[in-house]
Amino acid sequence: MIGVLQFPGSCDERDAVLACERVDEARLVWHREAELGDLAAVVIPGGFSYGDYLRAGAIARFAPAMEAVREFAAAGRPVLGICNGFQVLCEAGLLPGALLPNAGLRFVCRQVEVEVERTDTAATAACQRGDRLSIPVKHLSGRWFAPPQALAELEESGRIVFRYAAGENPNGSVADVAGMANERGNVVGLMPHPEHAVDPLTGSADGLKLFESLVRSAAPAAV
Amino acid sequence: MTVSETRHRELGLTDAEFERIVTLLGRAPNDVELAMFSLLWSEHCAYKHSRKLLRRLPTEGARVLLGPGENAGAVSIGDGWAVAFKVESHNHPSAVEPFQGAATGVGGILRDVFALGARPIAVLDSLRFGELESERSRYLFDRVVAGIGHYGNSIGVPTVGGEVYFEAPYEHNCLVNAMCVGLARAEATIRSAAAGPGNAIVLMGASTGRDGIGGASVLASAELEHGEEKRPSVQIGDPFEEAKLLECCLELLDRGLLVALQDLGAAGLTSSAGEMASKGGVGIDIDVERVPLREADMEPFEVMVSESQERMLAVVEPQRLDEVIALCERWETGAAVIGEVTGSGDFRVLRDGEVIGEMPVGALVDGCPLYDLAPAEPESWIYGNREPEPTTDPGGAGSGAEEAGATLLALLASPSIASKRWAFEQYDSVVLSHTVRRPEAVDAAVLHLHEADATIAVAIDGNGRRVACEPYAGTIEAVLECAQNLACSGAEPLGLTNCLNFGNPEKPHVAWQLDRSTQGLADACAALGVPVVGGNVSLYNETEEGPIYPTPVVGMVGELPDPTRAGGLAAGDGDAIAVCGPFSPSLAGSELAKIRGELGPGLPSLPIAALSAAIALVRDAVRSGLTTAAHDVSDGGLACALAEMAIAGEIGLEVDLDPLVELRGCSGETCLFGEGAGGFVLAGSRASLEALADAGIDLVLVGAAGGDRIVISAAEAEIAVALADAARAWRSLGERLEAVPVP
Repeated sequence: MIGVLQFPGSCDERDAVLACERVDEARLVWHREAELGDLAAVVIPGGFSYGDYLRAGAIARFAPAMEAVREFAAAGRPVLGICNGFQVLCEAGLLPGALLPNAGLRFVCRQVEVEVERTDTAATAACQRGDRLSIPVKHLSGRWFAPPQALAELEESGRIVFRYAAGENPNGSVADVAGMANERGNVVGLMPHPEHAVDPLTGSADGLKLFESLVRSAAPAAV
Repeated sequence: MTVSETRHRELGLTDAEFERIVTLLGRAPNDVELAMFSLLWSEHCAYKHSRKLLRRLPTEGARVLLGPGENAGAVSIGDGWAVAFKVESHNHPSAVEPFQGAATGVGGILRDVFALGARPIAVLDSLRFGELESERSRYLFDRVVAGIGHYGNSIGVPTVGGEVYFEAPYEHNCLVNAMCVGLARAEATIRSAAAGPGNAIVLMGASTGRDGIGGASVLASAELEHGEEKRPSVQIGDPFEEAKLLECCLELLDRGLLVALQDLGAAGLTSSAGEMASKGGVGIDIDVERVPLREADMEPFEVMVSESQERMLAVVEPQRLDEVIALCERWETGAAVIGEVTGSGDFRVLRDGEVIGEMPVGALVDGCPLYDLAPAEPESWIYGNREPEPTTDPGGAGSGAEEAGATLLALLASPSIASKRWAFEQYDSVVLSHTVRRPEAVDAAVLHLHEADATIAVAIDGNGRRVACEPYAGTIEAVLECAQNLACSGAEPLGLTNCLNFGNPEKPHVAWQLDRSTQGLADACAALGVPVVGGNVSLYNETEEGPIYPTPVVGMVGELPDPTRAGGLAAGDGDAIAVCGPFSPSLAGSELAKIRGELGPGLPSLPIAALSAAIALVRDAVRSGLTTAAHDVSDGGLACALAEMAIAGEIGLEVDLDPLVELRGCSGETCLFGEGAGGFVLAGSRASLEALADAGIDLVLVGAAGGDRIVISAAEAEIAVALADAARAWRSLGERLEAVPVP
C-alpha cells in the first residue's frame, strides 16, 4: 500500500493514487494523520498546499503528516515528492536546494524530456542509466537552485537523479537539475509529473517506471 | 425630486421600474430593499432585454438532464453519468482589473458547476482584445492569461482549450468568457430550489466583505466608462479558499447532507437566496448579524449585495446541521447558519431578529419588466476599416508565388490565427488525468473520463468580426464551426452552452444584431439537433468609442466512442490530402479582408442541411480510423488550414487546388484565403481517402504531404514557402509579446 499525502490545496493527489494503483494498492493520507503505519512508500503530490501564498511548500512542511514523513524517511523507507511535493521536501530540509520562481516568471505546462542519472534511488531502481523519459512539467516555481559550492558537492556525491535533456530546461534550473535524492537515495523529489505519464493515451507511459521503482525499493523493507 | 427620490437612478433603475417596485410593494422601498431590487432587476441578473429572445432557443433533447435555468446545464453520457457545463462572461471586471477579473471569472463558473454536485474537470476560455499593437491590449492579454492560470492551476482543474481574437472594437472592452465542464453521477445532481420551511440556510466558504458591491449593476449592466474608478467593484479571488469549498461541497453532497445548494455570484446573497426561494416557491429569512464579516461596520444592504468570492449557500435539515458543520471544519471552510426557509413567500432581511426589509420573493426575482427590443439594421458598416498596409514589395508586382506566399506568412503570423502556445502553456492542461488531446493537438480538447469509461470532446468558438458582417449567418457559422471542431476529433455534439456578448441593447443597431444573432443560434441548433442547455448574456459591452463586435460564443460538449481513435491535426509523411465539405470560400469578412481594410456588411448564406451531413461524414471517417488528421477550414482559409496541418506534422506538403477552383468558380486567391463554414481538410492514406469518396463523401483529392516546403497552387495564385518559415510565422506570438515589455 502506497500512501499519497493530501493537504488542503493539493491538486494531483488523485492522479498520484491512480498512478500508484497501476503498480500497487494506494490510499490518500490526510494532512493531519500523524502515523503512516506500514505503508510501503509515500508520495507527496503536486498542487498548491495551503494555497502556497507564502512560498511554495513553506506551510505544508509543518503538517503533522510531514512529521510522520520525516520519521518514515529517517527509517530509510521510500519517499517521492512530485512538484509541490519536491518543494515541500526542500522546505522541510529532507532534500537540498530550493525551488525559485521560473526564470520566465510564468507558469509553464509542457511535455519535456528528462534523463535519468542514477538508478540506485527509491524512484529510479526500475530505470536504466541514461533513460530518456517524456514527462510533463507544470509549475510556477520550479527553478532548482543551490549556491555554486553546494552544487559542486552535490554533483560530486551524485545526488542529482534527473536532469532536463539538452534544450529542454523549462524553468532555468541550475545545471538543468530536474530532480534530487537525499544521501541515502530513499527520498527523491522532482519537478516533472510522472503521475501524468503513466498511460500512452494521455501522452506517455514513461513515468510508470518511477512508481515501479518505489514498489521495488519498498520490497526489502517489508521482508 | 429630492436626492433620496433619485437614489434609484444611481443604482441603475429607471423611473418606471422604480414606480413598479412601489406598486408591487404597496409602498416605497427602504434603502435595503432598494439596493436588493436594483441588483436583481439589473440586466445582468434579470435578462430584461434578452429573455424574450432566448425563448427561441431549442432546449429539448433525449440526452438533456438539466436545461437552462439551473446553475449549469447537464447532459447524459451514459451509464448513469452526467456532464454539466456552462459558459459565463466576466468582461467588465477584466477590462477594469484583468488579473482578478479573469481569475474570479474562472472561480465563478467553477462554482456554478460544483453547485450541481459535479466535479469540475475542464475549463475553456474565449478571449477578445484590441489589436496586439496596442500596449493596453498586450497588458490585458498578459494579465488575463495570468489570472486564468492562477485560479485554474491553483485549484487543480485543467484549462484544456479556448480561443483568442484581437480586433480593434475590443480595445476598450475586452471579453473574457470562461466555460467549465463537470462530471457527476446523474442521480446525484442537485437542484437549487429551496424547500422545507424550518430548514436552515447555511452560508459556507469565505467571509463577506465590501468587495464587488454593485458589480452586477454598476459594472456589468452599464456601458464601460471611467473604468479605473470602478476598480473597487471588482472582486478578489482566492483559489485556495475555493479548493477547500469545492471538496467540502462535493463531500457534503456525496453524503446526502444537503437539500439544495447554490453558488453566490452576481448580487451575492440577494440573488442566491432569492433564486433558491423563487424556484422552491417558499420564503426565506436572512439575518445579516449572523453573516461572518471581514469588516465590522458593514451596512445591512452591503451584506446583502456583496460579491465576495468563494461562498456557497446551502439548505440543510436541522437534524443534519451538526454533521454539516463538522465536515466544513474538517475542510477548514467557514459555515454559518444565517437564516431559514419559511412558508411565507417573502424574502425577509433581519438584523438581530428585527425585520429591516420584506419583499415578496416573486416581486424581487420575477417582477422585473421584460423589454421588447427596437431593432433596426444599420445602413452601413459601423466598425471602420484598417488603413491598408503599404506594399512590402516596392520593386513592383512580384510573381504570383511571392505574393501569395507572403500573404500566407502574414496570415499565419496574424495574432488571431497564430499559435496560442504562449497562452496555453501557462495553463495546467493535464491535471485529473483525463486529457487525451491537449491544446492545438486537434480542433477540440478530448478527455477520457476513466471514472465513467466515457470519452468527451469540448470546444468553444465564435468569430465576432463575421457576426458583425452578418449577425444571422455569422452566428450559424459559429455553431457549425464548433460542431466541425468536434467532428475533427471524432465527436458528436450532445449539447451547447452560449454567451451572448453584445453592446447596448437599447440602441437599435445593437438590438438588430442581438435579434438576428439569437435567431441564427436557434436555427443552427435546431438544424444540427443540438439542444441549448444553458448560457449567459453580457450586454452593454461598449464605450464612447462604440460597441464591440457582436460576439456570440458557443461551447459544445460531444462524445466519442473510442479514445484511442480520437482525431489529430498533424499530417503524416506520405499522407494524401483531400478537401471536403460544401465549402464555398469567400473573402467577405475574412482575415485577409481585415488586413486589407476591406471589411463590410454581408456574408454568403449557408446550406445548413448539406453542412450538417458533411459534419456527420467527417466525424464517422475520423472514428473509423480512415484519417490520420482532420482540420476544419476557418480563419485564414484553406491555405492556413493546410499550413497548420503541415506545421503540426513537421512535414511539408504539395497541393493543387485547381479542381476546387473549377468546382466553386472562385478565383485562386479566394480559394486559398477565402473563409466560410463547412470546409474540412483530411489527411490519410490515398486508399482510405478514396474509400471515403466511394462511400459518398463530397471529397476532392488535392495532393500529398512530404518534403520541407509548403507548395499550394490555385489557378493564378501560387504559394511556395519553406515549412520552417511558415512554422516561424505561426509561432511568432510569444516572441512578439515577450519582445515588448508589458507596462
